[in-house]
Amino acid sequence: MAIYLAKRLLGACIVLWAVITITFGLMHAIPGGPFTQEKKLPPAVMATVEARYHLDEPLWNQYVDYVRHAAVLDLGPSYKYPGKTVNDIIAETLPVSAELGLISLFLAIGAGVLAGMAAAWYKNTWVDYGMMIGATLGVSVPSFIFAAVLIQLFAFTWPVLPAALWKGPAYVILPALALAAQPTAFIMRLTRSSLVDALGQDYIRTARSRGIGPWSLLYRHALRNALLPVVSYIGPLAAALMTGSFIVETIFAIPGLGRHFVTSIYNRDYTVILGITIFYSFLIMMMNLLVDLIYPLLDPRITVDSRKEE
Amino acid sequence: MDFTPITEADRREPYVAPQTLRDRGWHRMKGNPLALWGMAIVIVMTLLAVIGPFLSPYTYADQSFSDANAWPSAAHWFGTDSLGRDLFVRVLYGARISLSIGLVASLINVFIGVIYGGIAALAGGRIDRIMMHVVDILYSIPMLLYVILLMVVFKPGLLNIYLALGIAYWLNMARVVRGQILSLKQQEYVMAARSCGTSTWQILRRHMIPNCVGPIIVTLTLSIPEAIFTEAFLSFIGLGVSAPMASWGVLASEGINSMRSFPFQLAFPALALCITMLGFMFLGDGLRDALDPQHQKEGSR
Repeated sequence: MAIYLAKRLLGACIVLWAVITITFGLMHAIPGGPFTQEKKLPPAVMATVEARYHLDEPLWNQYVDYVRHAAVLDLGPSYKYPGKTVNDIIAETLPVSAELGLISLFLAIGAGVLAGMAAAWYKNTWVDYGMMIGATLGVSVPSFIFAAVLIQLFAFTWPVLPAALWKGPAYVILPALALAAQPTAFIMRLTRSSLVDALGQDYIRTARSRGIGPWSLLYRHALRNALLPVVSYIGPLAAALMTGSFIVETIFAIPGLGRHFVTSIYNRDYTVILGITIFYSFLIMMMNLLVDLIYPLLDPRITVDSRKEE
Repeated sequence: MDFTPITEADRREPYVAPQTLRDRGWHRMKGNPLALWGMAIVIVMTLLAVIGPFLSPYTYADQSFSDANAWPSAAHWFGTDSLGRDLFVRVLYGARISLSIGLVASLINVFIGVIYGGIAALAGGRIDRIMMHVVDILYSIPMLLYVILLMVVFKPGLLNIYLALGIAYWLNMARVVRGQILSLKQQEYVMAARSCGTSTWQILRRHMIPNCVGPIIVTLTLSIPEAIFTEAFLSFIGLGVSAPMASWGVLASEGINSMRSFPFQLAFPALALCITMLGFMFLGDGLRDALDPQHQKEGSR
């Protein structure tokens, strides 16, 4: 276990280094420097600015510098917000995104699993069909369109909820719904198909013949096995919520990390783009590692070390 | 396609396996109304994308300020946008762009994925392990971020979207192809062919490649909507195709800005996008049930 963990962490470090190198390379492949503008700066000013951000040094030095700073979790200054570092920006905006993300995560898992259970239990009835239609629509509507429709319905046509900003519990509802919609649909389909499988197994028939009630059958016997695919979806789910947050936070004007990322793309604020990309990659990788560690706790047939081999 | 009349023997065996993959696939597809609907949607949308723009007197870039923000009418079936451009033609042109993005990006995925997965599976052993380890690692980092980075670095434009999406999402294809070839390698008939002294190339040509076509087509069909979706996402954050061209994603995100006053500007491109999405997903699921026998268990959903 410890060896496995060490291996994975070492692997993660190497990947992260590769990520940093690739993103750094990409960012510096952009023709013209970050301060190239339509209106040319006077050469003296340009030189000062470049010296301030060490852009006058050879690329190799800049790279080594960047990696050294990134290793101690320092992602450098922002070009567009003088005096602010990427770390400041992440520290300011991450709590908001994390709150929204976690609420959506629980919403998606809770609603998705419940709906999937209902659909599997009432397989091939109108309950099932209704759920499946909902899920199919859920994955075929892009989240920005869904968010726009939610705003139109619940903020303008029938004004019960705020349309934007982030000022209290009521402000969470619409963005969380918009963010959770697609993952919910996906989890629902996942739960349904694996639960249908589980309910067809012999041990369920045995349990049924022993007179175990439907609720306990579903809950204690079938669901335990059926939820494993859902657990392994948590990694991709985190990634989906992250990219979803770019859109949802932008539409709802929520001051989170996702919106800041999109803004920095508009602004071509390269260090911020670079820093947030690295940060997100790190976050998602840790999430995947966590899932791989939790998995064997739930399924004793799988040990941590054997998982990779399959 | 002609089927022999049902005989006594057929009655006992509820399902007769037809000879080729195509026959078998089509046979299964015919019993799946959703898949047929999906196919119909995809065909109609493709036709509209190809010939649609010729049917209208306007072009996607014609501006007419006197007609700006006109509601749908006989002259402009889907109304006009804030610059007075005919929305019907723009949605049809959007179909061209969105569908071509889906197709081209997915074909690049196929190209890379088949070569990578094929090499890994055929080489086997250590090379396979290393190559698949790389895929696992790439899987654990969100590729969308890198698509965004690529689009920031190479200026937004149609060609760059093809490339960025094409080189980012081949992982799944590589896994599918590798898995398929590995399982084929274990098949008795491949071993038999090998023990008869059939050359590797012959085995590839006669056994491997034909048997990989099914899963590849399925994965391709399911990756097209994904690419269209991703492009819509990129458009929304300002990294889509550049004006005056417009994909459905660009049209929909423009529509969002004017949603309150002119909801039709969002509704039409959004509908086109969602219907096409549904079409591809139904078709892809149907194809998977039809062509990919290994997925039969999941087919029960």
